[in-house]
Amino acid sequence: MRVDADYGESIPIWRVRAGLFWSTTRRNWQLFAATRIGLAGLGIISLYALMAIAHPLLIATVWDPAIYDPVIGYAFDQTVQPAPPSRAHLLGTDPLGRDVLSQLMFSARTEFVLGLSAAVITVTIGTTVGAVAAYFGGVVDAVLMRLADIMIMVPGISVLIVLSALIGVQQFELALVIGVLSGFGGTAVLLKSQALSVVVKPYIEAARAAGGGPWHVIFTHIVPNLLPLAFLYMMFTVTAAIFSEAVLSFLGLLDVRMSWGLMIHTTESAGYLLDVGSYWWLILPASLSITLLCSSFYLVGRALDEVVNPRLRQR
Amino acid sequence: MTRYLLRRGLQIVLTLFIFVTLVFFLVNAQPGDVSNFFALDPNIPPETRAQIQERFGLDQPLWRQYLTYLGNFVRGDLGTSFSLYPRGVGEVIAERLPRTVMLFATATVASFYLGFALGKVVAWRRGQWFEYAATVGGVSLYTVFTPWFGLMMIWAFAYKLGWFPLGKFLDPRVWSGAAVDANTLFGQMLIAAGLVSVLAIAALVVARRRRLPHSTLIGVGVLVLASAAALAAFTLAGTAYLALDVISHMVLPVVTLTLISFAGTMLLTRNSMLETMREDYVLAARAKGLPEAEVRDRHVARNAILPVVTSLVFSLAFAIDGGVIIETVFSWPGMGQTLVAAAQQEDLPLAVGAFVFVGVFVLLAHLAVDVLYAVLDPRIRL
Repeated sequence: MRVDADYGESIPIWRVRAGLFWSTTRRNWQLFAATRIGLAGLGIISLYALMAIAHPLLIATVWDPAIYDPVIGYAFDQTVQPAPPSRAHLLGTDPLGRDVLSQLMFSARTEFVLGLSAAVITVTIGTTVGAVAAYFGGVVDAVLMRLADIMIMVPGISVLIVLSALIGVQQFELALVIGVLSGFGGTAVLLKSQALSVVVKPYIEAARAAGGGPWHVIFTHIVPNLLPLAFLYMMFTVTAAIFSEAVLSFLGLLDVRMSWGLMIHTTESAGYLLDVGSYWWLILPASLSITLLCSSFYLVGRALDEVVNPRLRQR
Repeated sequence: MTRYLLRRGLQIVLTLFIFVTLVFFLVNAQPGDVSNFFALDPNIPPETRAQIQERFGLDQPLWRQYLTYLGNFVRGDLGTSFSLYPRGVGEVIAERLPRTVMLFATATVASFYLGFALGKVVAWRRGQWFEYAATVGGVSLYTVFTPWFGLMMIWAFAYKLGWFPLGKFLDPRVWSGAAVDANTLFGQMLIAAGLVSVLAIAALVVARRRRLPHSTLIGVGVLVLASAAALAAFTLAGTAYLALDVISHMVLPVVTLTLISFAGTMLLTRNSMLETMREDYVLAARAKGLPEAEVRDRHVARNAILPVVTSLVFSLAFAIDGGVIIETVFSWPGMGQTLVAAAQQEDLPLAVGAFVFVGVFVLLAHLAVDVLYAVLDPRIRL
């Protein structure tokens, strides 16, 4: 399919789409950059992303795995564990003789993988449920929305605590529970209200008149129009996932190799928890990282809110 | 309004039924059963395991197990705890639920009030340093890693400054030789707190209805007087020092829980206020020459509160999870701490029982928000 431009030459459709995409992205970026909180959040996220990428490189080049491995390493160069920060160990070592900076950087990757997988699950479920409820209406809508009402009220961390007693929770289960609760709950309700305004658009009518079946219309015409809003709720899901992971591994209920929550758990079980003054490197780096990464995803979400919701912008 | 509440009540009973069903099948979807705990123990022969299965009714078909479970649930029989054997799960929950209710209710009311009051001011002073300070502070408290924040509060106010106890529910040294047991006293305290707040709210509502001047002052005055009366009653009964001990253990968790949850209300109130401020009747109120505080509190805030109350339902799950974490960090022996401890010790009946009651708690809180909404919004009452 080709679109004829005014000057006689024809432009392939993909170039038109790319051009449209580029101009929208640029406009949205300007709106996003106008909110300083969003930029600050993005900066912090990039910093942690860099840390996550740098860790395997450092292990491969500078850091000796026997000393710097986040899980099984041991700082033979230190006589007392936990050792205070030094030139070799910038953030000191933990009570088991492992390098804190290495643990911190290794865990950043864990958090990103977890947050993103939960977010993808949320968006997949949320857009599908929202679009299906809006498209079919009636009984389907009523059943799905009552289910969503229940999902909204489910306290995710409590569910995960019970599940950890029943089956043992690993990262994937955690991402699944958070993703389903948020995708089927609040996100589905909010996306449905957006989908309702999409369903009545003429192009949906046109797609149907051209013989498009319900699933074709839902997935090629409704869902793409929900994605910008879904992207916004992804951010809040990432915050929820990282937070839940940290809480569960802090309580020692999560089956994970290394994470920020587990670092605090190690500190707690070794009895250094209230020695914030003299052993600050055991508790502050991990706790601050959780707080910073959670709040920066939250801030990016709020900045995106202003981009996606024109109602908020005019004030 | 009665019809509205009846309908909501019925929906909530239905939701509870679905919830209990889901929990039952979730537990049963796991491979194996209780007797698997002994599967690797050579001292326990297969016949004994079969006997255990028979005693727990695990050899019955699933639908019959489900019916038995529902019947037991309705009768309040939730099984026997493994870790606190031979105490029943229902008994443990009955002992600990009031503590959670007290902690949660106090913190929720405080955080809602604080969030709403601050949100009002923040919206009114848009663009001033106060707005930035409140927003940044609120968002950081909202997204802070809760266990760490709780620990920092303990570290600063209990460990370093020594103003409050380090956690737990009471101090055994104070309680040795006490005439009453802690749960009886705590029940009395819960009733007293309920009476005091009902009195204060009633006074406030009456003062507002009669359009008395300084209605807020009257409400606060009644609150102080009623609290003093309650304290006097406990002193006469000779239990005031014990009650104060429990209260001193409660202050820090309540303050922490309030601090981490007020920001959500505050930010929402701000947004809702900003939207309401653009209405024509606000312009009219200003044009009449009403004082700014009057316009803010009477004309804008009263209408802006509705979406904030609706959002309480959405934030319930968040608040419950926050409560679970805070209880664990402060070793407050309520439902949340019970849930975590049961999960850590793989005490299945207690974990599931505590979880079901957390669910019941959420549903009841939901109903309370609905009642509040019906009281606030005249359109619902019609």
